[in-house]
Order: sequence, then C-alpha cells, then structure tokens
Amino acid sequence: MPDINPNTAPALATPAEPHKGSPSLQRQRQRAAFWFLAPMLIALFCVAAWPLMRTIYFSLTDATLSNLYDAKFIGFQNYLQVRELSSGRTIYRGTLVDPDWWNAVWNTVRFSVVSVAFETVFGLIVALVLNAEFKGRGFVRAAILIPWAIPTIVSAKMWGWMLNDQFGILNDILLNLGLISQRIAWTASTETAMKAVLIVDIWKTTPFMALLILAGLQMVPRDMYEAAKIDGIHPVKVFFKVTLPLIRPALMVAVIFRMLDALRIFDLVYVLTPNSSATKTMSVISRENMIDFDKFAYGAAQSTLLFGIIAVFVAAYIWIGKVDLSGEKSR
Amino acid sequence: MAKIELNNVTKSYGAVDVIKGIDLTIEKGEFMVFVGPSGCGKSTLLRLISGLEEITTGDMMFDGQRVNNVVPSERGIAMVFQSYALYPHMKVYDNMAFGMKLAKSDKGEIDRRVRNAAKMLQIDHLLDRLPRQLSGGQRQRVAIGRAIVRDPRVFLFDEPLSNLDAALRVQTRLEIAKLHHDMNDVTMIYVTHDQVEAMTLADRIAVLRDGKLMQVGTPAELYDNPNSIFVAGFIGSPKMNFITGEKAQAEGATTLGIRAEHIDLDEGGPWQGEVVHAEDLGSDHYLFVDIGTDEPVIVRRSGKLNVPLGTRVGLRPRPQDLHRFGPDEKPIRR
Ligand SMILES: Nc1ncnc2c1ncn2[C@@H]1O[C@H](COP(=O)(O)OP(=O)(O)OP(=O)(O)O)[C@@H](O)[C@H]1O
Ligand SMILES: [Mg+2]
Repeated sequence: MPDINPNTAPALATPAEPHKGSPSLQRQRQRAAFWFLAPMLIALFCVAAWPLMRTIYFSLTDATLSNLYDAKFIGFQNYLQVRELSSGRTIYRGTLVDPDWWNAVWNTVRFSVVSVAFETVFGLIVALVLNAEFKGRGFVRAAILIPWAIPTIVSAKMWGWMLNDQFGILNDILLNLGLISQRIAWTASTETAMKAVLIVDIWKTTPFMALLILAGLQMVPRDMYEAAKIDGIHPVKVFFKVTLPLIRPALMVAVIFRMLDALRIFDLVYVLTPNSSATKTMSVISRENMIDFDKFAYGAAQSTLLFGIIAVFVAAYIWIGKVDLSGEKSR
Repeated sequence: MAKIELNNVTKSYGAVDVIKGIDLTIEKGEFMVFVGPSGCGKSTLLRLISGLEEITTGDMMFDGQRVNNVVPSERGIAMVFQSYALYPHMKVYDNMAFGMKLAKSDKGEIDRRVRNAAKMLQIDHLLDRLPRQLSGGQRQRVAIGRAIVRDPRVFLFDEPLSNLDAALRVQTRLEIAKLHHDMNDVTMIYVTHDQVEAMTLADRIAVLRDGKLMQVGTPAELYDNPNSIFVAGFIGSPKMNFITGEKAQAEGATTLGIRAEHIDLDEGGPWQGEVVHAEDLGSDHYLFVDIGTDEPVIVRRSGKLNVPLGTRVGLRPRPQDLHRFGPDEKPIRR
C-alpha cells in the first residue's frame, strides 16, 4: 500500500532508547503484538505458505502421483519447453502453449467477471432493501442467507436436478410459459453450461455479497440522508452522490473477496457440469492433470499460474481502486 | 422570514406519545430557543418543524399555509445538525454547494453565495479541504455555512454547540448571535439544554417538559416570573433555592423560591445557619448555608470569598424577589 502506517513510521525513524534497561512502551507494545500474532502466523505458514511453496517446488519437477518424492528437478519445462527437432522444426510444449489451459483461463476469467458483476449489483439492491426499515426485517435478513448457508455440493446437486433436461422444473416452467419450444439440456449443452453455472453461483453468493454491503450501508450516518432530504436531493442522486462514495471501501473489499473466491471456483463446476470444456476452470483443469491424468507436476505448474493470476488481479484492483484496506483514510 | 404556527401538534411513535399537544406561534424573524431536560422532545419538535418527521395530529402553518404534508426541501428551511452531518467525501466548497448544484442553479450564483457565506463565517480559506481536515469548530461553521447558502426562511439548530469546548462555545455563540443580527428577517429556532445559551441568544424561550410546553416568554420574563416550580428551577444558574416546610408556611406558601443573588447576609435575618461549603469564582462567590432545610441555601455575593467555613450567619431574602408557590406548584399571585 502506498501510505505508511503513521503509528509505526516514527518508531522506525528514531531508534527508541530513552531509558536503558527497560524497553520503551512502543517496543513493549510491538513485542506483545508479536506474541498475539504468533499463533496466527504459525497456522498461516502451515496451511498456506508451506503448501504454496511445495506446489511451486513440484511445478519445477517431473513428479507424478506415484513418484512424488524422487522427482527430478527439470526447471521450467512444465511451463514452457522448446525443442529443436532434427528436421529443423521447433516445437513448443508446456502449460503456456496448452490450448486447454488457455480455454480454462478464459472460462475462469469470464465466469469471475460476470458472476461478480451480477452479484455486486444484485447484492447492492438486496442490501438497500434490507437497510430500509420494515416489519419482519430480521426474519428476511436471516432468510436471505439460506442459499449461502447451503453447502455448494448440495446446492449444485439440487440445481442439477432443477436444470435437468428430462424432468427438471426449470424446463417445465419455461415450456409452460411458452418461452422455449423444446427442452434445454442446460448443464450438458456447451452453449448453456456456463449460463447454468453462473445462475447457480449468483443465486448462491448474492446473499453473502448483500451482507457485506449491508455492513457498509449501516456505517453511513442517518443524518447524512436527512441533510440530503433538506437539500431536496432526489433519492437516486443521493444514492450515487452520497451513499455509493461512502460505501465504496466496503464495496471494494466485498468485490475483492468475491473475485478471489470466483477465480478459484471448483466445486460448483465439478459437480454441476463435469467434463464440459465450456465451463472447465483453472482449478478444475489443474486437478484433472494432477489426479486423473497423473501429470502431477504439470498440474502443479497450472496451480502456480492460478496463484499468480489471482495475485495480479488483486494487485491491479487494489491499485486501480486505491482501496484503503487499513481503513485509516475513512476515519 | 416566516411566521410559524403550531396548533395542537402531537407526535407519537407507535404507542409512545412524545409530543403531547403543543400550541405555539413563532414570529417572523424571531430567535426562538427550545430548552428542557433530556428526552423531553426538543429534537422531535424541531424535526416536526423541519418536516423530517410527520405530525401525528394537529396543524403546522408557515406564513398561514398548512405545511403538514410539505416535504422538508420545500419548506424553505435549513438545518444545522448536532453532528454537523457534512458529507465526508466532499470538499467544504462542494458540501456547501451540493444542494444548489443538484438543483441546477446558475454556476456563478452558486459560487457567489458559497463565497459570501464562507466570508461571513471566516472559512473562506478552508474551501478546498475535506471535513476530516477541519477542527470541530470549523466543521460547525461549515455546517452553518451550508445552511446559509440555502437562503432559508427558517434556520433550525439542534444543539449545534454541544460538541465544542467551552471557549469555542462562547465564541460560536457570539457568531450565531451576530448571524441572527445580520439576517434579521430570518426566523431561527434553536434547541439546547444549556440555559446560558438559551438566555443569551433567545428573543423568546420555550420551556418543554415531557412533550408539553411549560412556559413561553422572553428570558427576563422566565427569569423573573416563572409560572411553575419547574421553570423556576430550570432557568437560572445557580439553580433557584427552594424551601419547603415551616419557613415556607411562614410566608403563606407550600414552596418558597429565592434566587442566590436575592439573599443578603444579615445577622438579624429570619434564616440562621452555618456556612457548610463555599465556591469562589473570582468575580463573585457562592456560600452554601445549612439552615435546616433538605439542601443548603446558596447565596451569591460579589467580590472575593471572605467568610470562613463554619461561620454562623443570618440570611435575609429580599421580599420583593421571593417566589411563593402553592401546592399545585404554581405561583401564588398577591
Ligand atoms: N424514532 C423514535 N421512536 C420511538 N421513540 C422515540 C423516537 N425518537 C425519539 N423518541 C423518544 O422521544 C422522546 C424525545 O426525544 P427527543 O430526541 O426529542 O429528546 P430531546 O429533548 O431532544 O433530548 P436530548 O436533550 O437528550 O437531545 C425520548 O423519550 C425518545 O426516547
Ligand atoms: Mg435532542
């Protein structure tokens, strides 16, 4: 982040040594903070940093499922390998020239952008409704979270049935309404598979988005709206000129969360549309290589790329939005 | 610029009656102050006038026109909130110009009005700052400036000084008084629980208690002729001394009220007691004298404290300044 935390900056600039012997208050506070953080750091190292490092390491070897530990270091060959044939032709191999991989990247990015965009808009609308005062608001707030609380596998199966081409309820409704003339194989057909995944994901995650945004909305002081009312400003303008700028930090954080989540989507696609190249995402294809095709190192390389892509996305987003994750500027 | 009439106005939130029937006329250009203890409904009454809350029953007239169902922006009012309610993401200039800008007013006119208001309040050097880069007093002035830019018929203030420190309060109080003087045809309604603010700013004060109007009058009227024990005790600092029992009966009253500055030390006075506490304020001092009533009687004297604690003194209330209240807590007229 561009701005340095003002609390720690002076401590770094002036070595705190007012009284020899007893450490300065600042020092003591930092030490205490470290001890409070230590369990968290250790846990994070075990469950995040170490697996990540292992994955990156495997991606540089020729490991297979059956031969994980005697793997040979082969450099970047899983990513890109250039070979000169005796005939003089050059061939390129590796993930970076693998059309299946790029198809998966495209699927993932498309899925992420579309789903997060819809979820943000719908989430915002739902949050605005929930922020208004009406009878039974508490109940509605709890009820709206249900789709999010259902395990993904369960909701994927559930929607799989509803979207089924033979006995699915969705086809039935659309047919009876006369919107379609023949049953659609939502999850199987390449044209609609991605739509099916998007529908289910948006259905499932909008509540979560709404809740994050609602938290932001509730931080907007009520008298801000009253001041606008006295100024006679149209509610739509109030939303765009007052509410939206004030909840922007919360909105940004929510979008980052969802983007991170969406870019590594796996379970929904795996259950709802197995083996459809129209929906295969980066996570799905990397698992496929690692487990199904016994190309463990190759899959590890794809996982590493996935990590890199997510990192780039988030960095770009934070930079563009100048998101103030520390919350200092909004004070 | 507006005469405001409230006819038997009430306000209920569900089953809770907050305002219980208020009749009040506020004259054109008047500075009216609402005072009363916390929770008595001052803010609610102000919000009813502003239109932010709807009246439950009764009528409200602005210049003879019924405004019960007129939205706030069309009542010609401006409101200064206790929390200032500045838009945190807008510069001071935009905060002040926001309403006019969205009303598609002429750019030059907006600019002229904003700069005029800023100059009037001496915040013209702050126009490019964000609210969080201002001190509390400066924010308060921006909030007032925003109200001025609206060029309202009625100014509404809800405890505008309560977030300021003592020195700044006095200064801002003076500025508000000056503002009233400069814009002397604008009606101002001001809510406070600080009775010094009420006394110094008001043309007339309305004392509220529990959603009802206790008394309306000029500061001097309320001070000299309170129409109930409640008003007598609420207006004035230190609080009026109240004496019950034999000493009150001796004067033919249930409760006797006498202000601290209306009691003289006199060895032969009717009330005898011991000085149990004293406060020296520099220019004058207070003696707390125990004369056998529930609470010590406070006597205000000018000059430096010159009576040691424990001294036995006699007190003589000035008869013309004695307030005699009957059993119904109302004054007994002679
Ligand atoms: N929205 C509401 N719903 C229910 N009761 C309310 C509501 N707003 C205010 N009240 C009640 O109305 C009464 C008067 O409130 P109000 O805010 O007008 O008091 P106040 O005189 O301004 O007090 P203070 O000096 O503390 O600001 C209080 O008892 C309060 O609890
Ligand atoms: Mg109030």
